[in-house]
Amino acid sequence: MHPFSYTKVSDLEGALAAGRRGGRYIAGGTTLVDLMRESVERPGALVDISALPLGEVSATAGGGLRIGALVSMAEAAADPKVRATFPVVSQALELSASAQLRNMATIGGNIMQRTRCAYFRDVTAACNKREPGSGCAALEGFNRGHAILGGSDQCVATHPSDVAVAFAALEASVHLRGPDGERSVAFADFLLRPGGTPDREQGLRPGELITAVELPAPPRPLRSGYLKVRDRQSYEFALTSAAVALHVKGGVIREAKVAAGGVGTVPWKLPAVERHLIGERPSEALWTEAAERAAEGARPLEHNGFKVELLKRTVERQLRIVGGTE
Amino acid sequence: MSSELPDSYVPTEAEPASTVSRRTFIATATTAVVASELVSVETAGAEAAGAAEAPLSGRVSLTVNGERHAAVIDNRTSLLDLLRERFGLTGTKKGCDAGACGACTVLVGGRRVNACLTLAVRLEGAEVTTIEGLAPGEGDELHPLQEAFVEQDAFQCGYCTPGQIMSGIGCIREGHAGSPEEIREWMSGNICRCGCYVKIVRAVEQAARRT
Repeated sequence: MHPFSYTKVSDLEGALAAGRRGGRYIAGGTTLVDLMRESVERPGALVDISALPLGEVSATAGGGLRIGALVSMAEAAADPKVRATFPVVSQALELSASAQLRNMATIGGNIMQRTRCAYFRDVTAACNKREPGSGCAALEGFNRGHAILGGSDQCVATHPSDVAVAFAALEASVHLRGPDGERSVAFADFLLRPGGTPDREQGLRPGELITAVELPAPPRPLRSGYLKVRDRQSYEFALTSAAVALHVKGGVIREAKVAAGGVGTVPWKLPAVERHLIGERPSEALWTEAAERAAEGARPLEHNGFKVELLKRTVERQLRIVGGTE
Repeated sequence: MSSELPDSYVPTEAEPASTVSRRTFIATATTAVVASELVSVETAGAEAAGAAEAPLSGRVSLTVNGERHAAVIDNRTSLLDLLRERFGLTGTKKGCDAGACGACTVLVGGRRVNACLTLAVRLEGAEVTTIEGLAPGEGDELHPLQEAFVEQDAFQCGYCTPGQIMSGIGCIREGHAGSPEEIREWMSGNICRCGCYVKIVRAVEQAARRT
């Protein structure tokens, strides 16, 4: 691990000032410390933001929820408001990582975690994300776990977060504080596809800090849930996953929010699936037809072709679990 | 083995390990063998130190198992290395050193965490509980979960056991020890290479019933 200086800040102004000087924010630190130990991350200065007042889950005026950036994954998952309003969020969180890591990691840190694969962690392998211009060992290497959607000729690593898939489905927004004040970014614009700059993963300006993730007011009733398919039953990244939220009224689907994980370089929103559902009555045939559209545009690599069919089946099953048949 | 020479461990003469143990002796002996490597690490550190504004080490004071400790540490020191190398509390084990195995699980502020991914410099004023601090008294009395591990024979080699027990305490406290299925899910951050999972689940179940 490379040496670094350490400062703990007590207020936002102090954090932003340290961030402006090039300090790297640390919250839970679960990914950052791990990658620092591998010399993949080499920050010269860490700015500990854990004492900032960003640890609350609160209801917004419109009936949505605002989850503070420093709320731990465990706290967010256990929060009664989150559980009652957005089961898809609490389920995604509880299916993530381990209980220990969820006690440490925060919501802000979760959406700041690096998009990564084994080659990114291996400093002897070519990786455009770690070392721009060095190539991508995954393209011709072992790419079973990699992305079938949103990749480029520079990078095909999968976005690792589960809760980010729920945030993408629910069309969350990310609240930011920076040297130029506050702003809010749609979740879809916050996480970036690799394109020609895989080293850049978030649409953050220098020194900007996440203050909260906001979930918009849901239509009521809203049924939602998260399904994760993986190589072992627990404590494993997704091969495929599906976040589904459905608003059904009078026997007709009025709103549908669907996104997939484990398959994209970012959490993958599925508008074609959503469009196929809206205005229809829940039925077995509808779930199958809608899920057929889940893998549109997929570009599988040598070892991950199975994800195309697995993605469709994952989405279909989760539509059935959440929507049932009436 | 890499655990004998953690890269975040910087010994200082002012703060020796509290006991001279077999492993301290081995670590010291090994240091001589790989002295040239250490020199290069320190050189790299010195270069970065010149460039940085703030110091690369700091003082931390924290409570471990009810006892107050203070140490001057390199900022890179993990809680795991602080406990093992500086405080002589070797009950907490180093497995993967990457948050993947759970062998280093301890309680910080009553919550179970991976000590390997916890930077010690961040723990000013923190309350840490390790396996050594579980048993209530001075005698042979054990914590109910320790007793349950013995009664259920929930280990073979024992290397993961301190982490399993600390994690099991978290699991019970968090209210997730209601059924074998729930225990398996909420204990999944602790790997047992001997494969004693069935008995580990039974031990957690037993202690959950009695606490």
